[in-house]
Amino acid sequence: MRVLAAMSGGVDSAVAAARAVEAGHDVVGVHLALSRMPGTLRTGSRGCCTIEDSRDAWRACDILGIPYYVWDFSERFKEDVVDDFIAEYAAGRTPNPCMRCNERIKFAALLEKALALGFDAVCTGHYAKVIENADGSRELHRAADWAKDQSYVLGVLTHEQLKHSMFPLAETPSKAEVRAEAERRGLSVANKPDSHDICFIPDGDTRGWLEERIELSEGNIVDVDGETIGTHPGANAFTVGQRKGLKLGRPAPDGKPRFVLEIRPKENTVVVGPERMLAVDQLRGIKVSWAGLPIPAVDTGEEFDCMAQVRAHGDPVDARAHVERDEDGREHLVVRLIEPMRGVAPGQTVVIYQGTRVLGQATLDSARSLERPDLAPAR
Amino acid sequence: MYLDHAATTPLSAPALAALTTELSRSGNPSSLHGSGRRARRVVEDARETLARAAGAHASEVIFTSGGTEADNLAVKGLFWARSDADARRTRILCSAVEHPAVQDAVEWLERHEGADVIWLPVTEEGIVRLDVLEQELDAGADRIALVTVMWANNEVGALQPVADITALAARHGIPVHSDAVQAFGSVPVSFADSGLATMAVSGHKIGGPVGVGALLVGRAVKLTPVQHGGGQERDIRSGTLDTAGIAAFAAAAEGAVAHLPAESQRLVDLRDQLIAGVGRVVPEAVLRGPRVDRLPGNAHFTFPGCEGDSLLFLLDMAGVESSTGSACTAGVPRPSHVLLAMGLSETEARGAQRFSLGHTSTPEDVDALVAALPEAYERARKAGMSGQASSIQTAGTGFS
Repeated sequence: MRVLAAMSGGVDSAVAAARAVEAGHDVVGVHLALSRMPGTLRTGSRGCCTIEDSRDAWRACDILGIPYYVWDFSERFKEDVVDDFIAEYAAGRTPNPCMRCNERIKFAALLEKALALGFDAVCTGHYAKVIENADGSRELHRAADWAKDQSYVLGVLTHEQLKHSMFPLAETPSKAEVRAEAERRGLSVANKPDSHDICFIPDGDTRGWLEERIELSEGNIVDVDGETIGTHPGANAFTVGQRKGLKLGRPAPDGKPRFVLEIRPKENTVVVGPERMLAVDQLRGIKVSWAGLPIPAVDTGEEFDCMAQVRAHGDPVDARAHVERDEDGREHLVVRLIEPMRGVAPGQTVVIYQGTRVLGQATLDSARSLERPDLAPAR
Repeated sequence: MYLDHAATTPLSAPALAALTTELSRSGNPSSLHGSGRRARRVVEDARETLARAAGAHASEVIFTSGGTEADNLAVKGLFWARSDADARRTRILCSAVEHPAVQDAVEWLERHEGADVIWLPVTEEGIVRLDVLEQELDAGADRIALVTVMWANNEVGALQPVADITALAARHGIPVHSDAVQAFGSVPVSFADSGLATMAVSGHKIGGPVGVGALLVGRAVKLTPVQHGGGQERDIRSGTLDTAGIAAFAAAAEGAVAHLPAESQRLVDLRDQLIAGVGRVVPEAVLRGPRVDRLPGNAHFTFPGCEGDSLLFLLDMAGVESSTGSACTAGVPRPSHVLLAMGLSETEARGAQRFSLGHTSTPEDVDALVAALPEAYERARKAGMSGQASSIQTAGTGFS
């Protein structure tokens, strides 16, 4: 196969590309330039698309003996990921930009260009597994190493995208193994720190970054009874479940910490309350997609057993889900949680699994609070 | 098939011989003992050889680490010397199509040294507008520190009217620098006849090694040094002289200039075959730069509807090595400032591809390009522009 290896300059994508080469594929390395104004050097685990990352990817390709190119997706990235991230926060939601990047950039813009140029697949260093069934259909599964498993952020991939995706790190027992393999292969990125945080917010200060981009106006912080107990500099910069940064002088009556329960962007109000009020037992999602062919219950609308996960490294919980269709024929995913979850924010993605298999995902639109039935549906 | 001689060209046989001979010897040309004197002899022979090849006097040759250093020394050195002599002289007239070695040096002076820069526009063929130059000279001659216009453009091969430019500037006594890195060895270049104050040349573009070049500096021209040290080169440039590199550079220059009349005609014929061949298989391709006043080995096109880097990639896969022509940061392609200055839109400029021929080029190279191009162009066009919307079915399709 002709394989395009997306090379971030990190150790995972370098080892993934090495394995693709070793498997006998015809591999070309491509670094995605996602920032219009790349910095020169990385600082620790922060930042992305620096010139140093590009050089590291280049060096890895040279060591592997494969061609290396830089493709500029900075405009698409800005529109589809960065601007979307800002717009979602401005609307009081909590988006996951990495998922958006996988959905729109790596496995869409990049994949499309690759296919047009004659490639068969895009290979990345994600920890997840694609299984090909006897009928040629694909399934997405968790990686062997659950601690590193990244199937959540890939849950947004469609069957068509999965058919052209290659994740050679699927069966790797641990990240340490990947580093050791990089060392063995003479890849100089073997000891490069992992990337964390959001790549386009180099100093990791999401709040500060958002505050420069979203028009914030002072508003009230209210408790669940609607009583104003403080002010905030702008509701949009808060996230459901957030505890820090509320700056409420007055302690809660029970003396326990208060958390953001809800953001009401229209009223510019932040609702706070005790942690137990963050618990939800039902999720409703829109923008549903299926990672592979949907299971039969999707069409019939029957309830099925699954596990639901709402964060990249959150623990999955047992659930029962079913699909409803609105008058426009659009799917809505309804997930009843067997055990309640805490701190679920609109805009987050719920990925549902059966065993190790990723069934699909939806963007959370509303959640039913156990203790605040008056709020259901929250939005 | 190597069609990127403007980036670098293989070492010529005499240059390789000179280089290996001198690399096996030792001696600092600035030392006074025997081995120093031997090395000095080699450097001074080379200086005379290079001076002859460039139509200059030996004392006008300042050896540098390459074209970029020579351009920096000329632009900054002239700016500082001229503005020190008269503080009103802060203006630089600079063509809009300079190589980054000049462009970036000029922009640095603008940001850090109070230079005021006037970018001289070019015609749609990429040739500097003499009428604008004349207006600017007449409008504020006493404020101008220098004029800088390259001899031949590295992207589209446009030869600039250097003699006309120096004649206009001479009326006001204003020094002119020219980056002749692409021109020297390809077209007749005489420093003495040019009327230039300074002229930059480079080794590896003419069959010499990488890492050596020279700035030709007229005997009466004052330059403020950029790097400081032992003052080895006329107190203008410091650093131990690279005897082997200098000897090889001079050998390459001597060969290139000796073969120039025949070789340039051979390259013009080959280049015209290439242009005709490209036009035959991809009629949509647009030749950029002048038809006539053009470097013999340069052919530059824009290919509508595709990214230059896609085309480069596909040609590379087919064994044909070309270039998008413009400089890049960490490999990120940007629309060429040269093409934009020529009036192209960003979209047009992004489809740029440069094919450059040199001393090892053969008709087979051209045939290989013409054979590989149709499929590469077709595919590159399908891949389109990276800014276009995706047609891949995604989770968000139909929602946002």
